[in-house]
Amino acid sequence: MKKESTAVAPLTVSGITVAYQRKAVVEDVSFTLPEGKLVALIGPNGAGKSTLLKAVLGLVPSISGSVAIYGDTYKKMRSRVGYVPQRESVDWDFPTDALDVVMMGRYGHLGWIKRPGRKEKDLAMGTLDKVGMADFARRQISQLSGGQQQRVFLARALVQEADLYFMDEPFAGVDAATEKAIIALLGELKRAGKTVLVVHHDLSTVEEYFDHVLLLNKKLIAAGPVETTFTPELLHETYGGKLAIVSSNGREALVKQ
Amino acid sequence: MLDWLISLWSDPNTRWILMGCTLLGLGSGVIGSFTFLRRESLLGDTLAHAALPGVCIAFMLHEVKSASLFLIGALVAGIAAVFCVSAITRWTKIKSDAAMGIVLTFFFGVGTVMLTHIQHSGSGSQSGLDKYLFGQAAAMVTSDVYILMGVSVLLVVAAMLLFKEFKLISFDPGFARGIGLPVGLLEHAMLILTTVAVAAGIQAVGVVLVAALLITPAAAARYWTDRLPVMLAYAGLFGALSGASGAAISTLGEGIPTGPVTVLAATLLFVLSLLLAPGRGLLSKALRHRNLKADYARSAERSALNAAEGGSQK
Amino acid sequence: MMDFWIILTAVLVASACSILGCFLILRRMALVGDAISHAVLPGIAIAFLMSGTRDSMWMLLGATAFGLLTVFLIQTLQTSGLQSDASIGIVFTALFAVGVLLISLNAQHIDLDLDCVLFGEIAYVPWDTWTLGGTDMGPRAVWMLGITLTVILLLLGLFYKQFKICAFDPAMAVACGIPVLLFHYLLMGMVSMTAVSSFESVGAILVVGMLIIPAATAYLLTNRLGVMIGLSVAVGIVSAVAGYLISYALDASIAGCIVSVAGILFILALILAPKNGLIARFARRRNIAQVV
Repeated sequence: MKKESTAVAPLTVSGITVAYQRKAVVEDVSFTLPEGKLVALIGPNGAGKSTLLKAVLGLVPSISGSVAIYGDTYKKMRSRVGYVPQRESVDWDFPTDALDVVMMGRYGHLGWIKRPGRKEKDLAMGTLDKVGMADFARRQISQLSGGQQQRVFLARALVQEADLYFMDEPFAGVDAATEKAIIALLGELKRAGKTVLVVHHDLSTVEEYFDHVLLLNKKLIAAGPVETTFTPELLHETYGGKLAIVSSNGREALVKQ
Repeated sequence: MLDWLISLWSDPNTRWILMGCTLLGLGSGVIGSFTFLRRESLLGDTLAHAALPGVCIAFMLHEVKSASLFLIGALVAGIAAVFCVSAITRWTKIKSDAAMGIVLTFFFGVGTVMLTHIQHSGSGSQSGLDKYLFGQAAAMVTSDVYILMGVSVLLVVAAMLLFKEFKLISFDPGFARGIGLPVGLLEHAMLILTTVAVAAGIQAVGVVLVAALLITPAAAARYWTDRLPVMLAYAGLFGALSGASGAAISTLGEGIPTGPVTVLAATLLFVLSLLLAPGRGLLSKALRHRNLKADYARSAERSALNAAEGGSQK
Repeated sequence: MMDFWIILTAVLVASACSILGCFLILRRMALVGDAISHAVLPGIAIAFLMSGTRDSMWMLLGATAFGLLTVFLIQTLQTSGLQSDASIGIVFTALFAVGVLLISLNAQHIDLDLDCVLFGEIAYVPWDTWTLGGTDMGPRAVWMLGITLTVILLLLGLFYKQFKICAFDPAMAVACGIPVLLFHYLLMGMVSMTAVSSFESVGAILVVGMLIIPAATAYLLTNRLGVMIGLSVAVGIVSAVAGYLISYALDASIAGCIVSVAGILFILALILAPKNGLIARFARRRNIAQVV
């Protein structure tokens, strides 16, 4: 393989393997993310998408392989990485409000002893406004809808002011307004030169939203620009027989069965 | 050693207690398997602590110490406690672990108030209520032992008769309801059986430790098999062994309490199972994991070698 | 003066427990608190056997180590694939059994009544004083609890934001570079220390009551963590004082009365809480029904 440019890539994964108990969930995956692109990580259920993301972030142990973020270890580059976990991963009954959750995004920058103050509050408020949630800043988080909760999570990642973002299914179970807000935000991140890796489920929107795709089914099937990689053949290889290609209105669309 | 075993058997009182504790271990091991599989292991702990006010009220009403009255008091209080736990988790955002903690300590707190009130009023010294907290099998009289044995046999027989129903509601209550089983009724039946096991066990091992009779043998049994009937048999066996060794060893000296010895015997069996059981035990797991890692290392080496060869050929 | 020392002890126990309880409840670790408070018994017994007295910081430290050992064992069992409540049950019953056995076998060497293990003997607190260089420094329990509470306030004051994010979203905390495991063990260490220093005053089970009940009551009353901690301490202190007065009237266990009062306050909150209470819920439901 040949390096495309001399600049350090945001993320280089080489030969990563993750196994739970006896079974390998992610096997020997290697790829490099191009800078400043929106990248979708797609694959069937159980293909190891979330696991791959967690392994990159060191949240689950990998049994082999290595990860480089901007050419260095994740530990050293942590402040350049923002992470949006799946919504189910936290207890929404926790006694806290939307603004407070967003402020948690600044904790990494604050260091050990310092407490969040005026500056953090303003920053968080501004970010909430960006995702259209300023009116709900003081709302207890369990009283937000699923889409609103997702936007709070996004705001929390944005406020980290990272260069590389990982988002685990941000579009899962959200309303149309939230979906729109997320797309607008992704566009804004791209314009600012950030790199975003999104675990994505909806094949019909991939071409519209993303620049690059990673096709994963335990092993990496293919990686590259949407135009050359998001093809029926490669998708078929990724999803096996679980995919049908239908034509409607003269446009090709992909449907998961 | 042999003399000791013979003396255990020759003394009629000891013999009865030994048999009672063995049967108790067997019965709670079997019932405990179901609560373990339903992920309600700490239910036994809640029931045991909650039983205290029930036992105290039973004593206050009748002013006599009687195993059967204690059993009824414990049963009623235990069921009330379980009802409170499910009410709290259902009506508030409080999660089940905190709900159990609240109910357990509140009931026990109230029980403590009653117990100390009884003790300070004078009649407490003959009540034997203090024995109740830590359990002392040697202090049991023959009628207590009869009840203990009767209860244990009841537990095992009930578990055998309702085996397939209990299996289904432990595995998939939704499906059980779908095929027309009276799931609510069966769950109540299981709850009552668990409460009976706990109430009986308290006499022998005490309030705090009785939970172990339900949990530890069942958890140990799970390592040896993937089949439920076999698991019940193992759990019953482990429970019986623990009960027997607890009763036997506590005859060795005046100060040796039955409860802790029983629990430690069960824990020992659990640790052995955890480490040594084939398939699920830690030792065999570690071996497998090492093989897996070695396999990957080898295949990675091979592919690297292939790549190098391919490069040199060019 | 006697009453003063007893009430002060109860208030210190209540404050330390109610602060930590908030974090235990939010992390769904209420029953780990239960386990710790039982499992420190062998630590206390061993410290007794080794030092011969109960008059030492060694006891506090040694028994605290047992609390951490409990947490470690529970976690090891969980990661090996055993369900969490079974792990808790197995570990704490085993350690408690070791403790009871040690005390029963060495009854002549250990000045610790088994009943006291369960209920505590807060009424004896004023007599058990700490002497330093010949001067009476006041009850030992008050000193131990005072030190524990200071440690809690200090650590939580400095690292409030870390403890909060570890409770809310541990994965995020890891991603932020916060050493989650360290804060987990710090919290568990504080719980163990509290359990040990409260042990003789209120006993194993009622420590759990003070850990969980005031925090749960506060949880029903507010939606902010800071307020929750404050309310929890308030509920704890009210229970301590009212419980003491009631025990006097009933001639019954002080610790038992304190927990009973806490339980009654919880029931009141359960029914009357402005947003989460049963009355508010039913009223809301009726309003919705009427609108429909």
